[in-house]
Amino acid sequence: MTLSEFDSFRPSEPARRRRQGGQRGTGRRRDNGDGSREMPMVPEPEFASYYGRPVVKPAPWGDDVAIYLFLGGVAAGSALLGLGGQLTGRPMLRRNARLGALTAVSAGAVALVKDLGRPERFLHMLRTFKVTSPMSVGSWILSAFSAGTGVAAVAEIDRMSGSRLPLGPLRKVLQAVEGPAGVEAALFAGPLAAYTAVLLGDTATPTWNAAHEELPFVFVSSACLASAGLAMVTTPVHETGPARKLAVLGVVGDMAAMKVMEHRMDPVVAEPLHQGKAGAMLKWSERLAVAGGLGTLLGGRNRVVAAASGVALLAASALTRFGVFEAGLASARDPRYTIEPQKNRLAARRAAGVTGDAITTGS
Amino acid sequence: MGQLSGPTDPTADAHWEHIHPRKGFFTDTSICIGCKACEVACKEWNHNPQDGNLELLGSSYDNTGELGASTWRHVAFIEQGQERIAEARESGRALVSLGMPRIGPPAPAAPAVTDLAGADTTPPDTADFRWLMSSDVCKHCTHAGCLDVCPTGALFRTEFGTVVVQDDVCNGCGTCVAGCPFGVIERRSNGTVKVATSRDEHAKHPAVPNVGIAQKCTLCYDRLLDDQTPACAKACPTTSIKFGDHDDMVETARERVADLHAQGMTEARLYGANENDGVGGTGSVFLLLDEPEVYGLPPDPRVPTADLPKMYRRAGMAVAGMAAAAALAFLGGRA
Repeated sequence: MTLSEFDSFRPSEPARRRRQGGQRGTGRRRDNGDGSREMPMVPEPEFASYYGRPVVKPAPWGDDVAIYLFLGGVAAGSALLGLGGQLTGRPMLRRNARLGALTAVSAGAVALVKDLGRPERFLHMLRTFKVTSPMSVGSWILSAFSAGTGVAAVAEIDRMSGSRLPLGPLRKVLQAVEGPAGVEAALFAGPLAAYTAVLLGDTATPTWNAAHEELPFVFVSSACLASAGLAMVTTPVHETGPARKLAVLGVVGDMAAMKVMEHRMDPVVAEPLHQGKAGAMLKWSERLAVAGGLGTLLGGRNRVVAAASGVALLAASALTRFGVFEAGLASARDPRYTIEPQKNRLAARRAAGVTGDAITTGS
Repeated sequence: MGQLSGPTDPTADAHWEHIHPRKGFFTDTSICIGCKACEVACKEWNHNPQDGNLELLGSSYDNTGELGASTWRHVAFIEQGQERIAEARESGRALVSLGMPRIGPPAPAAPAVTDLAGADTTPPDTADFRWLMSSDVCKHCTHAGCLDVCPTGALFRTEFGTVVVQDDVCNGCGTCVAGCPFGVIERRSNGTVKVATSRDEHAKHPAVPNVGIAQKCTLCYDRLLDDQTPACAKACPTTSIKFGDHDDMVETARERVADLHAQGMTEARLYGANENDGVGGTGSVFLLLDEPEVYGLPPDPRVPTADLPKMYRRAGMAVAGMAAAAALAFLGGRA
């Protein structure tokens, strides 16, 4: 940005995005001065940027990755429900959860591969193990999870088809490892649900990075309520008691983690969570989660109400993932979200007397 | 695995058996004339395709826009008037008075701005109006966010301490793009090369190499292996882009900024020369004449991986919580 007298001859810079968000419906009040949110008491700080161009680049990820965030969560929670069904003698819940887990994790993996720049090289993900790369750690978690889930689900398919799968002598092996495979899948379920939060947190994308402490809790809660929702859709109510409890726990955890996250984030970086498409999705996600949670709590023993609540919970989880995903991409596209918080934290450190850790030095 | 943050020698952390000095750039923007020879030399040497359509961006003489998959040197142009120059002088002076750690003798005290009337005002130090030109490039950070998060091992630390993508290993996952705090690395898409006219010879445009793969400056790794200077530094007519051992570059930069301060140009400051910063210091050091964000550089970058241990701990707690919730759901169900 310059202050030249010739500036009037310049084409106007693109309008600031933050004023466009949340125009629809009641959403606007929440952001602007009805007292429900803390208002900044100082005038908006001026910030310079290079012709309004973004500083960091948004991840080149399409909706496929957001879909995977959702499906990975559904698969993870389903594996836990499957193990629960396996250990507590709920055959329908066990079967449906295992099949749900395999379907979700397979579709999710396809979405991930499709999003690669070079899909034919997807196996390169497993050519090394790098602890500093959440994507590498996640690839191994996904592989280990898929192995257990696959075995457990194939055993279910074999049983459903009346032992018609051409397994031959391997059938006995399959039946023997079915239980341990369910346990193994459940062991990797939690990491599968949580690593995606680390993956997003470990980026320079302002809103994701600022959320890194609470995002794992948001994502595991979302996984719980989504998988419980799926079980409530697919399974008769007499076996979904635990799923209903998990759904309610998930809703409570999701709401709490989301609130804490938004509260602890730098108010500037939290803006994309309330604006535009991402803001609308997160708002609806919250509404659907509450509706689904209440439906589960009050009418979960009715098959129709349970199924409807399950659908609402699945939708809520999908919207949470898409909302967080979109908010991050939006924050990377506007230089304000990179520059302002960084300037503020630098100024705060200097005010506190820490002067030796700035990238800009006078000598 | 090396440290995740703080001062360190990246080449030693990468366990190279033979010791090479770390190489780097010092880009002195105070003597950049904006000729873009570096951009051209880089494109030619590295066979980088055209980046986007040829269009005027309306941002001074900069029609390149930003660093990207096919643009590894980018010359920024900023036009500033008197007021902004005064602000830059102030902010630069504030940096000096912070008492940053320094090497060598302290710079002589800067004369007051009013003394400048009698000072030598050869370009670029014009009092009323100035044109900032700066050739931006990959920073080759000590703690490189892109390298840390790369899941395939395609990005690696060379023996020269630089960060390079292996084209044949990268599968285009795009994690590094989000991991870079400077917005340097980018995944190359195939939609960007278009033939400008319909003339026949233009239609035979060579195919875009390495489509779908993350690309960025290699500090001309191929040339370094042959003891050659990187193409941009070789082409720079004013020696604004200097290349050499990283330690020498930092020392040169410190001397230069002290010189400029002595001349009254308190707006001069270094970017990336502090090994205690959020990325452990950069391999490419810059001398800037205004705040970094004016040039499109982040004012306080921090490698995201520095917080990774904490993120893993938080994720571990979340996993435990999820397992507990599931256990509670089923155990409660029996009661």
